[in-house]
Amino acid sequence: MTTKAVSPWRNLWIRFCEDRIALGALIVVAIILVLALFAPLIAPQDPYDLSGLSLRDARRPPGFVGSGAYVHWLGTDAQGRDLWSAILYGLRVSIQIGIFAGAVGLIIGTTVGILAAYHRGIAETVLMRIIDLQLSFPPILLALVLVAVLGQGKAQLIAALVAAQYAYFARTAFGAASAERSKDYIEAAMATPLSNMRIVFRHILPNAMPALIVVATVQVAYAIALESTLSFLGLGLPVTEPSLGMLISNGVKYMMSGRYWISVYPGIALIVLIVAINLVGDHVRDILNPRLNR
Amino acid sequence: MSSFLLQRILQGIVIMAVMSVIVFAGVYAIGNPLEVLIPPEATQDVRARTIARFGLDKSLVEQYFLFISNLFQGDLGQSYIYNEPVLQLIGNRLPATLELVLTAVLGATFIGVPLGIYAGYKPDSVTARTIMAVSILGFSVPTFWVGLILILTFAVSLGWLPSGGRGDTAELFGIDWSIFTLDGWSHLILPATNLALFKLAIMIRLARAGTREVMLSDAVKFARAAGLSETTILSRHVLKLISIPIVTVFGLELASTLAFAVVTETIFSWPGVGKLIIDSIKNLDRPVMVAYLILTAGLFVTINLCVDIGYAVLDPRLRRGRAE
Repeated sequence: MTTKAVSPWRNLWIRFCEDRIALGALIVVAIILVLALFAPLIAPQDPYDLSGLSLRDARRPPGFVGSGAYVHWLGTDAQGRDLWSAILYGLRVSIQIGIFAGAVGLIIGTTVGILAAYHRGIAETVLMRIIDLQLSFPPILLALVLVAVLGQGKAQLIAALVAAQYAYFARTAFGAASAERSKDYIEAAMATPLSNMRIVFRHILPNAMPALIVVATVQVAYAIALESTLSFLGLGLPVTEPSLGMLISNGVKYMMSGRYWISVYPGIALIVLIVAINLVGDHVRDILNPRLNR
Repeated sequence: MSSFLLQRILQGIVIMAVMSVIVFAGVYAIGNPLEVLIPPEATQDVRARTIARFGLDKSLVEQYFLFISNLFQGDLGQSYIYNEPVLQLIGNRLPATLELVLTAVLGATFIGVPLGIYAGYKPDSVTARTIMAVSILGFSVPTFWVGLILILTFAVSLGWLPSGGRGDTAELFGIDWSIFTLDGWSHLILPATNLALFKLAIMIRLARAGTREVMLSDAVKFARAAGLSETTILSRHVLKLISIPIVTVFGLELASTLAFAVVTETIFSWPGVGKLIIDSIKNLDRPVMVAYLILTAGLFVTINLCVDIGYAVLDPRLRRGRAE
């Protein structure tokens, strides 16, 4: 074969770039990732080094020049912390949690979904019944209960997020995998001495991947939103690791007296992140949807 | 039809039984309520009496059967913190949550469906594009954040509406309701809007997708050929044809809104069940948690059942198909 076929991934990329809004959203996501990754280098202040904070700088409006002799572009919070720095570090925490929870959910959910699709029979019935039951339950409620039962902490929070989300991956993987499983070439492959593992990893998984990636992007955004909601309710991460949700929650009581910036700027960072990820995911879904194909 | 209903009811009972075991095991197996109930300096005597009073000395299985037999007598136990029967505690706060949730979901449906139909009827118009952009925002932006912005705008900056609480209530059937007083409405409008936005986005999308499909169908072509006005087509025929998914989602969303009310109630200090569950989670008040979860699960099952019945009423094809 010498004719060079365009690989499906490259094709996906070309079609993705056709939509300016989606491309813009992808660039925004990339910028935020870079900011979060290099936060210690970019932030003018280490927001969690207490010796660097001065109460004289507390609750100052945006543009204030504090004792550090640099401009607090986004103002300072109740402890005199530079909000821009706090947001950069908060983004780090939120993104970490979102990606980690999304990845674990993807692995567990895909395993469950493919197992059910591959073995059919009783495994399919039992597993998918459980998944359907769980999907009818609001994830926020499930996460609340789990955080309540498991206690608070980073690992518990991730466990709660995964438990609330893996069912979406399982459903998607099941759908894609059982469509593939019923094709003749899989039946043929199963008649050969190829191992089950090989069939799953070489033939079934790659075909389920595109759909799973779309779900993964949306679920990462959802995990970030869910985590910030839990942190906002005081049921999320410990105080030592303030995510965006906790920064917002800290500012609420000052908002009533008109010091809006302590809550509003972390909130804007959160919204921009979530909306950008969703726009990217939405567009990839549109590209992969055969019904909308020209 | 009746065998179908019976099957559905049986299924619901099985789900409830499984749920009760899972919830009970999950909540009771982990965490130690003794730390909450008994001060560390308490004497051995006080400890023993407290353990006996709450039945904590029995095995998990015994505790579960005790719980179930009490459940059938309408006794869901005593709250550890409030020292009040759980059912009474939840019952007192349920009306506040119900009126909030109903206002939100009904509002979202009656505003969202017409907007969605319009967006599906003229998908390329500027208005339709604006409607869809708003619905994407409604999907993406976390509820708690919208709530904060609503408070910041309408309560703090403009000072038009109160930022929290329930306001004056009026009594009906011995229960206090905010929806019957003007002051109550001024308190209700912000939290209800907050809760409704996400549902609004869903309703818009559903109605739009349905309308776009139905507009291409023969039914609409014939209705046009018969000389019906566009308004009549939309309000009489299109609305009827897209109503099935809308009823489903209305039911499901009603239940999930009850769960989301947790967040809204916390932000607006709305004295409903949601705030109670957050407090009980923080205080490890297990009877309240278990009762809340069982009741919510029961509500889910009941609503799903109602949706199934609603289908049969709306879609004569299903009714006939099942009678056979």
